[in-house]
Amino acid sequence: MQSLGIDVLFKGINFQRLLGGLWVALRISLISVAISIVLGIIMGLLMVNGNKAVKAVCRVWLEIVRIMPQMVLLFVVYFGTTRVFGWNIPAEESAIIVFSFWGTAEMGDLVRGALISIPKIQYESAMALGMPTGTMYRYVILPQTIRRMIPLSINLITRMIKTTSLVMMIGIVEVLKVAQQIIEANRRTSPNAAFGVFGAVFLMYFCICWPISRLAAALEKRWSDEDPDSRRHGRKKDRKSSKKKTAGTLQTKAVS
Amino acid sequence: MSGIRRKAWIVSIAAAVSLMAGVAVQADEPFRTLDEIKESGSINIGVFSDKSPFGYVDENGEYQGYDVYFANRLGEDLGVEINFVSTEAANRIEYLQTGKVDIILANFTVTEERAEEVTFALPYMNVALGVVSPEDAVVESLEDFPEDQQIIVISGTTAETYLEKNYPDIKLQKYDAYAEAKTALENGNAAAWANDNTEVIAFAVENEGFEVGIPSLGSQDTIAPAVAKGNDTLVDFINDEIVALAEESFFHKDYEETLIDTYGEEYENTLVIEGGLTDVPEDALETETEA
Repeated sequence: MQSLGIDVLFKGINFQRLLGGLWVALRISLISVAISIVLGIIMGLLMVNGNKAVKAVCRVWLEIVRIMPQMVLLFVVYFGTTRVFGWNIPAEESAIIVFSFWGTAEMGDLVRGALISIPKIQYESAMALGMPTGTMYRYVILPQTIRRMIPLSINLITRMIKTTSLVMMIGIVEVLKVAQQIIEANRRTSPNAAFGVFGAVFLMYFCICWPISRLAAALEKRWSDEDPDSRRHGRKKDRKSSKKKTAGTLQTKAVS
Repeated sequence: MSGIRRKAWIVSIAAAVSLMAGVAVQADEPFRTLDEIKESGSINIGVFSDKSPFGYVDENGEYQGYDVYFANRLGEDLGVEINFVSTEAANRIEYLQTGKVDIILANFTVTEERAEEVTFALPYMNVALGVVSPEDAVVESLEDFPEDQQIIVISGTTAETYLEKNYPDIKLQKYDAYAEAKTALENGNAAAWANDNTEVIAFAVENEGFEVGIPSLGSQDTIAPAVAKGNDTLVDFINDEIVALAEESFFHKDYEETLIDTYGEEYENTLVIEGGLTDVPEDALETETEA
């Protein structure tokens, strides 16, 4: 059997280059994820509570994100803004803008979905206890919303990390591009380098995304352990028990 | 959301996008002149970073290859630092038109369509189409190519357009990536693979049991540096360089440094163009560079 290209990984500074590329991909995705979470929560609240015009703007934004491939968005922001407005946004900033634009819309939709899935009685109970709107969201609605959002947002976050491979189209050399460069530079001496190099990239993405999804699973488990009723019974009971439970939470919060 | 409202949105988005495209055509091209580049002390050159041996990155992270060798010389003679930008085939024109790179040196084949979008300098390499096939069943001509067999092409290449136009009866097997096409040929999925002759020659050199039955098919094209449309000072500088460099046989030296391992000595005079002089008349190109 021929070499599987593992040796190519350690030729010169190839491995550092791959790690450097991974850091580029991570930097772009983590900054974008952070921005998306903050703006996404705001957008979600607006999509539920805003007036008609605000809701319409949010829907159009979401539709644009869904219809347009991310690659088109990257081209529009990186090349399009230079053509039309003469702005010269650097490649990495363009990528962060596009990924945040995408992440915020999808996160907003997740927040919206989670918010409207909270039974009306939760709002009514909080109001009946005389809570101002801010307090109601802070202590009653958002904690439950975030819990429901975790699985879906983790899916979004890992998707964003993996989609950073597109930024090579605007000249950013991230981990996958480095991998292609290494494979191509060594095609003659080790034709099977693709196996070893892409294998290494796979492990790198895995090492990043797996802990994130483990964290999500751990959080989900912890929260469902706190709330054993909802595990045992079906959906219908879930409503009642969560009402009971939230009322309990309310009391302790109100005291503290 | 109702179907009608969804449709309305799609239409309005499409309108917005096409409006942007319309404005884009009218906008000025923001390129940098030769003096502006010299003054800034650095030049942005777009090259391939994964097309060995023309433009690639070696194990020390340095850009190398036939195109890069020339780029380095241009930077040296300009007296500026070079900032290499990794480009893909699909975004080379965009990079020039937005002024994000000053020169594209990414194995850019001169075509009439492209010459309407960018300004090409004098050529420095020949390229034509070639067809590679297994040694035991060499395809030497495309006339009376057997009906029950297929030829591999890569989508979006000049080979695909050429065969579809000139040999509409030949069945094509299309792939998106070079790696897939090469594997398919190795596995015997088709009778031959048509592509730029530089690619198929390299394939035959690297893989035992394959032979380039048709080394030159269709029109002889050239590879040339490109700058933004109308960037006369820069294109004049590049043209003067190419002409002057002929005295020291620069591109032959370039070939011997970068391409000889892949292509051997026999293709040196076929591939290299010195001083921008080709045997092929280049009407469209001449007017471009004279202007």
